[in-house]
Amino acid sequence: MLPTPDYSHLSSKDFEDVYEPAEDTFILLDALEQDAHFLRERKPKICLEIGSGSGVVSAFVSSILGGSSALYLATDINQHASQCTLRTARQNKIQIDPLTAHLSDPFSPRLENQVDILIFNPPYVPTPKDEAITGQGTITGAWAGGQDGMSITDVLLSKVQTLLSNTGVFYLVAIKQNDVPAIQRRMLEHFSLNSEVVLQRRAGREHLFVIKFDKA
Amino acid sequence: MVRLITHNLLACHAKNCTSNNFPLQFKDIEIELREAEFNPDFIRGFLPKLEWKALIDAAKQLGDTSLPSEQPEMIDDEFLKNLHHVLLEIHIEEGAMICPNCQHVYPISNGIPNMLLAEHEIG
Ligand SMILES: C[S@@+](CC[C@H](N)C(=O)[O-])C[C@H]1O[C@@H](n2cnc3c(N)ncnc32)[C@H](O)[C@@H]1O
Ligand SMILES: [Zn+2]
Repeated sequence: MLPTPDYSHLSSKDFEDVYEPAEDTFILLDALEQDAHFLRERKPKICLEIGSGSGVVSAFVSSILGGSSALYLATDINQHASQCTLRTARQNKIQIDPLTAHLSDPFSPRLENQVDILIFNPPYVPTPKDEAITGQGTITGAWAGGQDGMSITDVLLSKVQTLLSNTGVFYLVAIKQNDVPAIQRRMLEHFSLNSEVVLQRRAGREHLFVIKFDKA
Repeated sequence: MVRLITHNLLACHAKNCTSNNFPLQFKDIEIELREAEFNPDFIRGFLPKLEWKALIDAAKQLGDTSLPSEQPEMIDDEFLKNLHHVLLEIHIEEGAMICPNCQHVYPISNGIPNMLLAEHEIG
């Protein structure tokens, strides 16, 4: 059992602006830990986390792979989140390069076919569309996902095939209302990406899934 | 934080800015040096991913001239150590990155670059 990265330096004040690690974060950590051996075998060089929030997910991947064996890039549209990600990296004595950015935008075209591990725990809660748009960059934007909870996720899904290296893998967190089978079908039909649900569980009102995609 | 390894992967993505938008130029930079663990395999494996000329230019802008202007054919330990330092140990804390094409300014503060565009700048 790998320990959860230390985020005791983040306070309730930080969590007014930044997503506090919750059940969705922890199912993602569990899915990554379950795949630890598989991930190490692939010898990843570039990890990119979208929407890093507190930074615990990237810090956890660094503890799986070893800090010096890969580059850990983390974007978030919320500047406070980028700051928290950097502080979490320092707290855990590892290196993460956080950027305030929309999805993976500034890495196009340089990361085409280069990302070995791509991770997104997106704002997935179904809300009115405006709420997802106006919320972007604030704490509301950490969970407000618009129509079917897919407004933000769909934009990233259209880029995954371009970003992933040939041996790259993509982990996505979703909930039942996002229609997981439909996501998997679309990714296969439009982008020839295979996928499987690697973990699912109920947490309170949410039925959470972690889906793993690859080009194999 | 922006280190040169990450800078080497960033391009301007403002609306209609699709050519000559890489590498971003540094302006009014403050740097800090922080030691990082040397992993020769990682550096060696990263070498083919680098845009070498962009890296050399960026290092020069930060006052580091330890790397040769062409990627050497013989990769020895000294070269890998210099490259390690340039890629991973120089942290850009404050300043800005400017697009050579459209002049868009991407500010860096507290070690974090802000790559967000305003609504009307999104392509
Ligand atoms: C559910 S939280 C997950 C945070 C963290 N990764 C975790 O697992 O605890 C979603 C994160 O995505 C970020 N986000 C939302 N829209 C984004 C976008 N368009 N680009 C980048 N990040 C985004 C939010 O600011 C928030 O930090
Ligand atoms: Zn530009």
